Amino acid sequence: MLLIDCPHCGPRDEDEFRYGGQAGIACPTGETTDEEWAAYVFLRDNPKGWFHERWFHAHGCRTWFTAERHTVTHEFRKAP
Amino acid sequence: MRFTFDGRAMRGEPGDTLAAALLRNGVRVVGRSVELGRPRGIFTAGPEEPNALVRVGADPMLAATTVELYDGLEAWSLRGKGRVGLDAMDQVDDRRRDKGYLHCDVLVVGGGPAGLAAAVAAGRQGARVILVDERPRLGGDLLDSRVTLDGAPALDWVDGLDLPGRVLTRTTAVGYYDHNYVVAVERRARGERLWHFRARRVVLATGAHERSLAFPGNDRPGVMLASAARTYANRYGVAAGRRAVVFACADSGYEAARDLAAAGVEIVEIVDPRVAGEVVTGTTGDADGVLTGVQVGSRYLEADLLAVAGGWNPAVHLFSQSQGRVRFDEVAQAFVPGRSAQAERSAGACRGLYGTREAIEDGYAAGAEAARLAAGIEAARLAPADGGAVAPEFGVPEFDVPECDERPSRPPAALWTVEGASDEPAFADLQRDVTVADLARATGTGMRSVEHVKRYTTAGTGADQGKTSGAVVVGVMSALLGAAPGEVGTTTFRPPYTPVSFATLAGRDRGALSDPVRTTAMHEAHLALGAVFEDVGQWKRPRYFPLDGEAMEAAVLRECRAARTSVAAMDASTLGKIDIRGRDAAGFLDRIYTNLYSTLAVGACRYGVMCRADGMVFDDGTTTRLAEEHFLMTTTTGNAAAVLDWLEEWHQTEWPDLDVAFTSVTDHWATVAVAGPRARQVVAAIAPEAAGLAFMRYAATPVLGVPGRVFRISFSGELAYEVNVPWPYGRALWEAVLALGAVPYGTETMHVLRAEKGFAIVGQETDGTVTPQDLGMSWLISKRKPDFVGKRSHARPDTARSDRKHLVGLLPDDPAVLVEEGAQLVAGDGSPMLGHVTSSYASAALGRTFCLALARNVAPGDRLTAVAGGAAHPVTVVEPVFHDPENARRDGEPLTAAPPVFGGECRAESPAAAFAARFEAAGGPGVRLREVAFEPMWEVRGADPGVGLRLGPSWWLVYGNITPRAGWVDVSGQRTVLELSGPRADDVLITGCPVDLHSLPGHAQTPLGKTSVILERPAPGVYRIYVRSSFTGYLAEWLLDAIEAL
Repeated sequence: MLLIDCPHCGPRDEDEFRYGGQAGIACPTGETTDEEWAAYVFLRDNPKGWFHERWFHAHGCRTWFTAERHTVTHEFRKAP
Repeated sequence: MRFTFDGRAMRGEPGDTLAAALLRNGVRVVGRSVELGRPRGIFTAGPEEPNALVRVGADPMLAATTVELYDGLEAWSLRGKGRVGLDAMDQVDDRRRDKGYLHCDVLVVGGGPAGLAAAVAAGRQGARVILVDERPRLGGDLLDSRVTLDGAPALDWVDGLDLPGRVLTRTTAVGYYDHNYVVAVERRARGERLWHFRARRVVLATGAHERSLAFPGNDRPGVMLASAARTYANRYGVAAGRRAVVFACADSGYEAARDLAAAGVEIVEIVDPRVAGEVVTGTTGDADGVLTGVQVGSRYLEADLLAVAGGWNPAVHLFSQSQGRVRFDEVAQAFVPGRSAQAERSAGACRGLYGTREAIEDGYAAGAEAARLAAGIEAARLAPADGGAVAPEFGVPEFDVPECDERPSRPPAALWTVEGASDEPAFADLQRDVTVADLARATGTGMRSVEHVKRYTTAGTGADQGKTSGAVVVGVMSALLGAAPGEVGTTTFRPPYTPVSFATLAGRDRGALSDPVRTTAMHEAHLALGAVFEDVGQWKRPRYFPLDGEAMEAAVLRECRAARTSVAAMDASTLGKIDIRGRDAAGFLDRIYTNLYSTLAVGACRYGVMCRADGMVFDDGTTTRLAEEHFLMTTTTGNAAAVLDWLEEWHQTEWPDLDVAFTSVTDHWATVAVAGPRARQVVAAIAPEAAGLAFMRYAATPVLGVPGRVFRISFSGELAYEVNVPWPYGRALWEAVLALGAVPYGTETMHVLRAEKGFAIVGQETDGTVTPQDLGMSWLISKRKPDFVGKRSHARPDTARSDRKHLVGLLPDDPAVLVEEGAQLVAGDGSPMLGHVTSSYASAALGRTFCLALARNVAPGDRLTAVAGGAAHPVTVVEPVFHDPENARRDGEPLTAAPPVFGGECRAESPAAAFAARFEAAGGPGVRLREVAFEPMWEVRGADPGVGLRLGPSWWLVYGNITPRAGWVDVSGQRTVLELSGPRADDVLITGCPVDLHSLPGHAQTPLGKTSVILERPAPGVYRIYVRSSFTGYLAEWLLDAIEAL
């Protein structure tokens, strides 16, 4: 059970949150090729190491926020 | 204390473990081994026991070395392989198990010399400390030895300590998970409690287990660890034998020999391989297999006890579970903690410091360091990301380390296995009956990894998880492979450290509390009518209302007939309802739905479908424009929470500049759908101003005299209204509608009625791979909007192709055949499967059965076969609208006469009203529980209202008798307030609330049991629990159970 530091509520158990996957994936605007669009909908990075990701404090303040987590150690650090 | 073992009456002493009491009664054989059926005796004095497993009452398998004796205990030996139930399942088990959540700065695991010193040191630094120890009394190894501290019995030192914080004895830490989450089991008289600790720092002071070594005949009853024999002599005053040989590969053998001699046991010889190179090479036994003598090379020594001191294994289990890496220490000949992976440190024997004095010294240092680092962790958390965190300054405390009369110990012999002359097997793992020969067979096949050998031989897979055997297996493998033990390595240590029963893991979450049940305001009335319920998500919804033993099929046909020919009513309260406000509310909906909402007139309703980014249908429902910048969205019952999440995700992460806010009002409004050609008569009686509503129009109007909302929307094709009142009036509304002649109907009838009209249900006709176009809803895809979520995906080659499965109707050739839902559709020509049946019902209106299906490359008139469960039914493809395709029935019958006036009263009923008497009865001096009924509440978004509870960055809950301001959303019925008060309120809440009550900032949103609540502490010892009204019944039962278990 990870301990995740919600920017509004403070440290809370992982199961209060919903995982939002990789952060920084903007919905493309304007013309896109099928490949570009499919990459937005379906493709995400899966690094071994530090990962920018989104969390949603579903059972708390209902805020989306971005955090950095190390995918091997589960260490969190504040996203710059 | 009287007890029985295998039916034989025996007597023990208070404070005995069952194992001590069995030895006291001369029991040598306590069971037979799993694979070979060999007689086995008590081998250890602690949780590492591999042999002495017994059934005690309803507990099917416990280590006798960990069971505290009580008067009347009944224990049974285990023989051979376990069988589920049989004996133990007949036992009545009325214990109350639960959970507990605690937070601390420093958690100390182990109450021996190192752990006690660590707790004292951390406490003296001002840290919040929790100390857990598995035994009934603190002291660890000091309980079992005769060492003195500062010239006095060691336990005097223990008793003189000023221990801080919370001390939990009889509590075994079983799991060490991410981010210093440690789980422990406390054995309480009323039932076990599963503790969940979250600690800033952990000090592991888990001690060490003595180990045996593999020599022929090392499994006989009478062969025992030297430290265990010492424990039975010192702690329990029980001699494990009369004539003992001590096999001392480590100096603990000498300590045991001294203590056994002092207890009157004759020490025949101490065999120390480090002195004369002699080793025990075999054993002899009597007819029962019990030890009679020991072979030392060519010499034979008569003995009934062989005390084996093979060396020590630091108990690195929790350290290893925390992902710390162990390393092999050549001097200690053992695996010790290496690099830590978490905010943790080992102290004392669990890191190879076996001396009492050095363990205490190490414990003091570890505790003081942990307190200092814990303070630093909090300081760093509160510091800005780029700012340098500064740990608070601490003075270095001085601790008096007591003088101890222990002699310094020498390194153990590096000896793991002894070859003997006899053909007796030499066991590495006693519980799994794994011998040196078995290990040699494994390595002989070419296995080199200890993990492979473990799985091949099953060594280390018993209930003891190889606590005494793990190092022996590694040592034997190193001898067989000619590799150093450090190169062989260990298998992975996995939780739990000791076995945990499923009942303990479940705690209170069993029976009616195993999963929360959500009920509507009308639930009691449905029960009174004898409704048969179905689960929709966590909701209990009436499926049908049978009359006098009516079967479902007959009931549903009758209910359908009523809706098509007269008037019927359904509890529709479970549909998700989301209040949407803001200057950009309409624009936001345009982006979320496939169709347009900015063009919707105030007071009008529109059906909409929303897609995921991949273009697939996600949810549907009707959204109504209540005012220019104010909408009410309805969602499917099962998707209500997911849709709210979805709206907030897009708003917060993609379009934060839009001025729009969302508030769930699902529980606030109780909803009755009134459907049928005569529905207007009923609505006219309860909400006169709403009877004249046009199709897809809405009115805010009194209903039974209370402010309500009526929507003229239909999911059946008939004249229909959805009538809403705040939760407290829901039951009165339902009973009024039925009193006016509406026939109650359930979800099954709703499904039939909508299928007759060809209305798809999200989750039944769709499965995440279906587009709106596939459902024949191209008319719902706006061509005028620049974009909406999913639009671009509809142009992808796969979603745009013409041969996708699409919604069709089917008529079975035999009008009486009900095709199974999920049946596969094939053409007779051997072509591949074309689709499947999604819905199948018997229709009263059609006088026959019919289906909805998804199929590709088919058109009305095509002949297909529906195949399921060995049956094949010929069907014909038709258009998916079976009833009233012209929508001629939409407006029902006009009002012919003055409508009946409803004369009953509209009684308000709070969600927990039915619990008032039980709340009252459960109260006492420790804790009281009551409902604060009918509390006015509003949710506020945007600017700080200056009152109420702040729930999020721009989100407040305001309550009390104050005048609401513009824009506040009335949520008085959305939640109810339960007030828990009294000196033991915290003791109730910690059994289900994972947040730290100690540092609760006035209020918090938190899970409680298996639901989410707002927890407010307006005064010390007083908690107001705001729970969703539909979860009230669940939480009330949960709280009553928790209070009863105090």
